[in-house]
Amino acid sequence: MKNNTMKNLLIPVLMAVAVILAPAIAAASGHAHLDKAPIDISDKESLRRGAKAFADYCYSCHAASFMRFNRIAKDLEMDEQDVREMMIHTRGKKGDPTKIGELMKVSMTKDYAKNAFGTAVPDLSLEARARGADWVYTYLRSFYVDPYRPTGMNNTVFPDVGMPNVLWRLQGLQEPVYKTVMHGDVEVEELEGFKQIQLGSLSGEDYDKFVADLTNFMVYLSEPVQSERRSLGWKVLLFLVIFFGFAYALKKEYWKDVH
Amino acid sequence: MGKLIGWIDDRFPLTKLWNEHLAEYYAPKNFNFWYFFGSLALMVLVIQILSGIFLTMHYKPDAATAFASVEYIMRDVPYGWLIRYIHSTGATAFFIVVYLHMLRGLMYGSYKKPRELIWLFGMFIYLALMAEAFMGYLLPWGQMSYWGAQVIISLFSAIPVIGDDLTLWIRGDFVIGDATLNRFFALHVIAIPFVLVFLVIAHIMALHEVGSNNPDGVEIKKNKDANGIPLDGIPFHPYYTVKDIVGVVVFLFFFSTILFYFPDGGGYMLEHANFIASDPLKTPEHIAPVWYFTPFYAILRAVPDKLLGVGAMGAAIVLLFFMPWIDRCNVKSIRYRSVIYKANLVVFCISFVVLGWLAMQPVTEFITFLSRVFSFLYFAFFVVLFITSKNEKTLPVPDRVTS
Repeated sequence: MKNNTMKNLLIPVLMAVAVILAPAIAAASGHAHLDKAPIDISDKESLRRGAKAFADYCYSCHAASFMRFNRIAKDLEMDEQDVREMMIHTRGKKGDPTKIGELMKVSMTKDYAKNAFGTAVPDLSLEARARGADWVYTYLRSFYVDPYRPTGMNNTVFPDVGMPNVLWRLQGLQEPVYKTVMHGDVEVEELEGFKQIQLGSLSGEDYDKFVADLTNFMVYLSEPVQSERRSLGWKVLLFLVIFFGFAYALKKEYWKDVH
Repeated sequence: MGKLIGWIDDRFPLTKLWNEHLAEYYAPKNFNFWYFFGSLALMVLVIQILSGIFLTMHYKPDAATAFASVEYIMRDVPYGWLIRYIHSTGATAFFIVVYLHMLRGLMYGSYKKPRELIWLFGMFIYLALMAEAFMGYLLPWGQMSYWGAQVIISLFSAIPVIGDDLTLWIRGDFVIGDATLNRFFALHVIAIPFVLVFLVIAHIMALHEVGSNNPDGVEIKKNKDANGIPLDGIPFHPYYTVKDIVGVVVFLFFFSTILFYFPDGGGYMLEHANFIASDPLKTPEHIAPVWYFTPFYAILRAVPDKLLGVGAMGAAIVLLFFMPWIDRCNVKSIRYRSVIYKANLVVFCISFVVLGWLAMQPVTEFITFLSRVFSFLYFAFFVVLFITSKNEKTLPVPDRVTS
């Protein structure tokens, strides 16, 4: 009725806006292409493999200093003793072993990191949330040989990164392959893929799986509560749906006599 | 029970208050969907205050520990994550609800005589809310907290003569630092909530003094029965209390969906860069304010001169205060107003949304061009309204509300 005029006006105007904005949206993305990370937080097996990978390859330079060891044991359904053996190799100031309830800090100092890598080593507690799972997944598979870098390695997702490719024994060594693409009248070099130049201990497919597990773990690490969050969520929503039935019936009952 | 209430009533106007504001407050019977957002805004305020109280029990307003204390809440405090997400989702919900509440006011002319003060109190609530949200966003002490605040506070330096001293005074330091965090915490947790609650009480008292407007823009107090009760009025309690409960449940359904399944809001509510601890030496490549400020930020960016940009941004908000006097039409509701008015309001709403989107895009020539076009349309709303509303061709307004 009265609102029809509004709606009649709204639709053509919105369409016009969409037409104007569409090219702007298309032009806005200018970053490296990221592969979709196969994330499944409910896959505890994958998370445990990822935790092992994290402990073996990341957690000695990188801290996860908002996380506690025993939280991993609890959430990933692991024995605390196993987590201790897998992750804790440090001792406190008095020489007693780091406790399972402590935060996952590392002993590498900022100054040491700056000398070794030219930059402080970032804490990984929230890395997957800050960068996104796809970023982590692609980044860890995008190291390539670059003799001009101090580490001999560079990365297409994070150019001139300070971090060496600590996974090179698994992945082997690779070179980027570029193709030339026309962007209007301008020739642009675009990454097409990588060429393996030295084999690692894992096949390409197995390496991707390894990184997927690690990424999965880092996604968990960035928000350990997320499974619990989702499982509480549907209970709350279900309660609200039922409550709605009562609330609506009550409203109808009272409003019967309003004309 | 009756004895107890009698005892209280002799000493405190309990029954009187109950009747005046609920049981014998007569609201028009034709409230529609848009009238849910007032009570919802009040509820979100309560949610924010309650969740905020619990957050302050664990949060540490100290530049060295603030970021870690938020993660401590997220990981180690039992259900801390829930309280934090309630509070962060609540901030977004507050603005959605308030924007829809304000749009309702624009559509049905709820700012017009005799409701000018309700509108003004409401606008001051909106200002306080923006200050509250801005200061609250600094507290997690992430990169976007830090650099967002840096950008916004530096806007004050555009003011001639006193600008630099003023920003220094606001920050309490030459850069955003511990002093800034501490004072923002104090203002966010004590000062502005007080102001908000006071303004909300004034807003509701003014509303209950003159009575509610309605989708027809008809004054229900003009038609009363023998007992002095408006013919088109129904007691707020129980009719609108039971109706608003339905609105609350539907609202909570959407609220919980976001809270439990999209707490980051796709990076618009909790920005990705804010999961990196603040670093005064590393500027994020793209600084965008949280979504609810973006329309005004787009207007700021659209103007090449910094001072004029700040002026335009301020004007975009200040002009809204003057709505009761900019709109000179006697007819309140959009239902009985001209096509020009309807089109004008639609363009205004679209400009507001598009400006919000534009501010989140990296600056390019095309984006700047669009920002200018839509900023122009935003301001054109007020000019067109002022000119056309004086002798607007309106439809006849009914004497009684339509259902």
